[in-house]
Amino acid sequence: MTTFNLNGRTVSVHSPNDAPLLWVIRDELGLTGTKFGCGIGMCGACTVHVEGRATRSCITAVGAVAGSKVTTIEGLDPEGRHPLQTAWIELQVPQCGYCQSGQIMQAATLLKDYPNPTDQDINAVMAGSLCRCMTYLRIRKAIKLAAGRMREGATHG
Amino acid sequence: MIRRIAIAVAALAFLGLLGFSLLSWRASIPPIERPNPASFSAESVAKGEVLAAEGHCLSCHIRPGGQPFAGGYGVNTPFGIIYGSNITPDPKTGIGAWPLEAFTRAIREGVSRDGSHLFAAFPFNAYTELQDDDVKALYAYLMSRPAVSATVPPMTVPFPLNVRFLQEGWKLLCFKSGRYRPDPAKDAQWNRGAYLAQAVSDCGGCHTPRNALGGEKLRGAYSGTVVDNWIAPPLTEANPSPVPWTQERLFNYLRTGVDPLHGAVAATMTPTIRDALDLPVVPDDDVRAIALYMSDIDRAGTRESSVETATKEALQNSSLGSGQEYDPDANLYASACLSCHYNTGTVPLPARPELALNSALSLPEPTNFIQAVLRGIGNTEGAPGLVMPAYASSFTDAELARLAAYLRRKRTTRPPWTDLERKVSAARRELAALH
Repeated sequence: MTTFNLNGRTVSVHSPNDAPLLWVIRDELGLTGTKFGCGIGMCGACTVHVEGRATRSCITAVGAVAGSKVTTIEGLDPEGRHPLQTAWIELQVPQCGYCQSGQIMQAATLLKDYPNPTDQDINAVMAGSLCRCMTYLRIRKAIKLAAGRMREGATHG
Repeated sequence: MIRRIAIAVAALAFLGLLGFSLLSWRASIPPIERPNPASFSAESVAKGEVLAAEGHCLSCHIRPGGQPFAGGYGVNTPFGIIYGSNITPDPKTGIGAWPLEAFTRAIREGVSRDGSHLFAAFPFNAYTELQDDDVKALYAYLMSRPAVSATVPPMTVPFPLNVRFLQEGWKLLCFKSGRYRPDPAKDAQWNRGAYLAQAVSDCGGCHTPRNALGGEKLRGAYSGTVVDNWIAPPLTEANPSPVPWTQERLFNYLRTGVDPLHGAVAATMTPTIRDALDLPVVPDDDVRAIALYMSDIDRAGTRESSVETATKEALQNSSLGSGQEYDPDANLYASACLSCHYNTGTVPLPARPELALNSALSLPEPTNFIQAVLRGIGNTEGAPGLVMPAYASSFTDAELARLAAYLRRKRTTRPPWTDLERKVSAARRELAALH
C-alpha cells in the first residue's frame, strides 16, 4: 500500500509499488483529467505535479512518490481559475484538447521558475509536450498572457 | 627421504595452523544484564546521537521500512551479501548483553562479544580511529535506544570465506588498529574534518578502491570506485566535475543533498545524507569541517576561478536542443530531458539539475548517467521534492546510447564514451536482476 497526498487529500492505494502513477490516478482514484498519451514519457500528456513540479506520471512509479504531494489538473486551482486556465479559455487554445491538461501543468512549472519567460524559455521547457493539433502558437500566447497577469497580481495583489 | 620431507611439511603446516589459530583466537567477554538507560549521562547520549548520525550507522543497521538500528540492510560485497546486524540493546538478538569493553573491541578490532571475528563490511578499519569518549558516547546512545527483537538473514558469503577465524588473515594483511593522530601542520577545523571523514563517516569506505581481498588500497585513498553499480566519484583532484568542489559547494551538498553547481545525491550516498548529515542534530560546524578537509584533499582552492567560467559556459549551452536544428539525437533530448533540465540566467535553479555541471556526464564512464536515466530518482533520494521518472521503458539500448553520446559531446569537453550500447544493455540486466 502506498500513501500520498493527491490534490490536498491523503490517499492510500493498493496498486503495486511499481505501478505507473498515471494508472493509479486514473483507474484506482478515478481522476481522468490527466491523459495517457505515449506511455513512455515522450509526449507530456500525462504531466502532473509532484511537490509542485511537472513530472511525467506514465513512467513514474507510484512507490517513488510515497509521502509526496501530487497535484493533477483537477487540483491546480480549487475553482479551475488558475491564470493559465483562464488564459487558455480566453484565447480558445485547445483544438481536440487531449494534450491540454499536460500542457497547462507543464506551463505552470515554467512560470514558477521563469515568471517572465522568453520565447527560448517557452520552447525549451514546453519542448517535451506535444500537440497533434498544432496549437503551439496559441499555447505560447496564453502562457505570455497568464505570465503577465501573474506578475501584475504579484505586484498589486 | 621423501617420506621425511613429507612429514616435515605436514608438521610445519600443522604448526602453522596451530599458530594461526592461536593468533586468531579472541576471548569471549562475559555477558552482562542490559545496562539501565538512566545510568548514562544525557550529555553522553546526546553526543552519541550526533556521532551515530555522522557515522550513518543506519546505512546498514536498518532494513527498508524497519526499526532503526535493528539491522537487516544487505551490503553487496564482491564475496556475497552481508547483512547489517541488530545493534539495539535487545539482549538476545542485539547488543544488550554487551559490556562497554566488548563494544569497544568490536568497534576498534572487529571482534564480537563472543570472541568471533566480524567481517569487514562493518568498517572497523575506520572506527578503530575513534577516540575513547566517542566510543563511550556511541555505546551510551545505542544502549538507551528501544530494544528490538529482530534477527537478520544469514550472509551469502560462501565457504571457506565465511569462516570467521580466517578473518584474522584478512586483518593481518589489510587492517591496522590505532587511533586518529592529528596532523600538527593543519588547524583544528581541518583535523576535525579529517577525523570525521576518516574515523566517523568513513568516506573511504565507498570512495577508496579496494584490492582483491577487499581491503582499501593504501595508495589511492578517495580515488573513486564502483559501489552497487554506481560510481562513487573520486574525491581527489581527479574529480572531473567542471566546478571544483570548494568548501562552500561541499557544505551545500553534504548538508542538503544538493548543490546547484553540481547535482543531487543518489544511490548509496543517499542514506549518508538523508539519514545522517542533513539531520538537524548534526552541527553545521562538523559538516563544514568535513567540507574543509575534502576541499583540501581535492585542492579546490587552486581552481577557484573555474567556478564562474564553468557555470557561465554551462548556462550558455543549456538551451541546446530546443531550437530548429535537425539532429535526431537532439530530438531524443528535447523529448525526454529538456523540460526539466533547461536553465537560463546566471545560476542554475536547484530544481533544474544542470547536466553540463553534473559529474554523471563528466566521469570517464557513463555508469551513473545510465543508472539515473534507467531507474529514475525517487523522492527518497535526489534533491528534496524532486522526482525523476524511470526511462527504462522509454528508450532502446541504441537510443539511450545515442542520448548519452549526444550529451557527452554537447555538454562536456571530455573524450567520447566508448562501447555505450553494450554498457546500457549490461546496466539494464543488472537492474532487472534487482527486481
